[in-house]
Amino acid sequence: MMTRVLTLLAALLVFAMPAAAQTGPLRIEITEGVIEPLPFANPDFVAENAAAAELARAISRVVAEDLTGTGLFREIPANAFISQITSFNSPVQFADWRAINAQALISGAVSVGGDGSISVKFRLYDVFAGQELGDGLQFNGTQAGWRRMAHKVADAVYSRITGEGGYFDSRVVYVAETGPKDDRRKRLAIMDYDGANVQYLTDSNAIVLAPRFSPTGDRILFTSYESGFPRIYVMDVASVGRRALPTQEGTMSFAPRFAPDGNTVVYSLTTGGNTDIFRMDINSGAATRLTSTPSIETAPSFSPDGSRIVFESDRSGTQQLYIMSAQGGEPQRISFGQGRYGTPVWSPRGDLIAFTKQSKGRFHIGVMRTDGSEERLLTASFLDEGPTWSPNGRVIMFTRETQGESGAASLYSVDISGRNLKQIRTEGGASDPAWSPLQR
Amino acid sequence: MALLSRGIILASVLALAACTNPDRFDSAGGAGGAGGIGGIGAPGSASDPRSPLYFQQTIGDRVLFAVDQSSITPQYQAVLDGQAQWLMTNTDYVAIIEGHADEQGTREYNLALGARRANAVQEYLISRGVASSRLRVISYGKERPIELCSDEACYSQNRRAVTVISAGLSG
Repeated sequence: MMTRVLTLLAALLVFAMPAAAQTGPLRIEITEGVIEPLPFANPDFVAENAAAAELARAISRVVAEDLTGTGLFREIPANAFISQITSFNSPVQFADWRAINAQALISGAVSVGGDGSISVKFRLYDVFAGQELGDGLQFNGTQAGWRRMAHKVADAVYSRITGEGGYFDSRVVYVAETGPKDDRRKRLAIMDYDGANVQYLTDSNAIVLAPRFSPTGDRILFTSYESGFPRIYVMDVASVGRRALPTQEGTMSFAPRFAPDGNTVVYSLTTGGNTDIFRMDINSGAATRLTSTPSIETAPSFSPDGSRIVFESDRSGTQQLYIMSAQGGEPQRISFGQGRYGTPVWSPRGDLIAFTKQSKGRFHIGVMRTDGSEERLLTASFLDEGPTWSPNGRVIMFTRETQGESGAASLYSVDISGRNLKQIRTEGGASDPAWSPLQR
Repeated sequence: MALLSRGIILASVLALAACTNPDRFDSAGGAGGAGGIGGIGAPGSASDPRSPLYFQQTIGDRVLFAVDQSSITPQYQAVLDGQAQWLMTNTDYVAIIEGHADEQGTREYNLALGARRANAVQEYLISRGVASSRLRVISYGKERPIELCSDEACYSQNRRAVTVISAGLSG
């Protein structure tokens, strides 16, 4: 087990290793450096009372989907099992799980209380070492929140095996799209990270764009045309109440993002055809100009410590990425590859910047270090744009739009290694995802 | 004014869609361009030089732009000269200039680019004597394409600034 864990860790850390003798961007092939996913057994959780039977099975399925969905784990099918887990507390027959080459074993149990509350507990075993990996854990909650409890179990398993923070107990706010390309209707929606539990937050009477979570996930910034002109709104997620941020008549404001303090917003303001970056204290409404050039400055994103802002500007003639102090001042250009770079987003770990790149008629999602080095392109298609980071900085979600008259947008995610590209299930079209922090 | 002009913008967009995609609306009752702006109360045929239809169709309500550009070519300067003249003759009207981009760009950048284009038209009209108080600009970025293919033939039509006129209520 230990060596497998190490292999997995090594794979996760591959990005941190020095890229020897590389000049320019690395081309990511999905077949390149594919690692062997870690095989695990996840027998259906034990139902500790009759009312829990269906839930126990459903919860264990979500746990397995979370883990296999990362591409780092492979589930051993139940029909290969030699022994079963029929009681949460009976001793584990490690030899039976070793025989089917299960490296990890998850055992769990679910009970439903008289008041409808549920309790989920689990243990994670290192099969080859013949011992538990970490302590057993129990989560209590409501029946309605059963998927969250499954995600919490999966987060704990993922975390213990990879040594990284989890990301399954998180949500995504995005723009749900319907209608043809020349009459597209957009409304804000929020869902679990895996596409479950969709809730619509606005109607589709006005164009809405690019929602962004606050650092604690309780509020959302977005741009809406509901006044007739693009303006920034802040919405309380729980109540769905919203208010417009103050603005001047005759201007447009868009591309908002929270600072890590949750009280400051950085955004673009267009006056007289010129777009610059401003910051605003969301409580007082006091705004400060951060850039002052005749070029386009937009898509600002704070560093996790709040000291710097990465943004895009076409001051050089094409869209490129720049970093400036959170107070403004002279920026440093960080993108120097061929093509145009936009929509930079600072990773939650602070070490990488994700971006959209346009080159030779194709769009890519990529990452680079904050000094612009070690650029890596993770995807390529007719139109990929708008990356957002998973809470642990391992995965990027983005918008992919297909071409032509029936072109439509949907959400995809990809590991920062470039592996595990997949579409997120949504009811209709979807764009502009923003990943929440891990829920509490 | 806001509500009214929004209604008119919508109506105009529909009318334009009908113009550029004749098949699309035929089955829905053959709504032509005229039906779309009937609501402003001062219609008239496209041959009536005081009519909004004349502005839209005879003078031309739009300027097209090269990739990433917001400069107005001589061909469209002539169109804008006509727009300016019309606006100075028909002083009851105000205009919103809508800037647009093709789909080949990121969302935020295209919003800013559409604003540049709309502003270029606004400045040109002001330079030709139209009062700035009668003009407003808005950018839709790549949110409102009128042509749907993913080729230059469509992109060139989507990179546009459209002058949408409405009856001014401000006085």
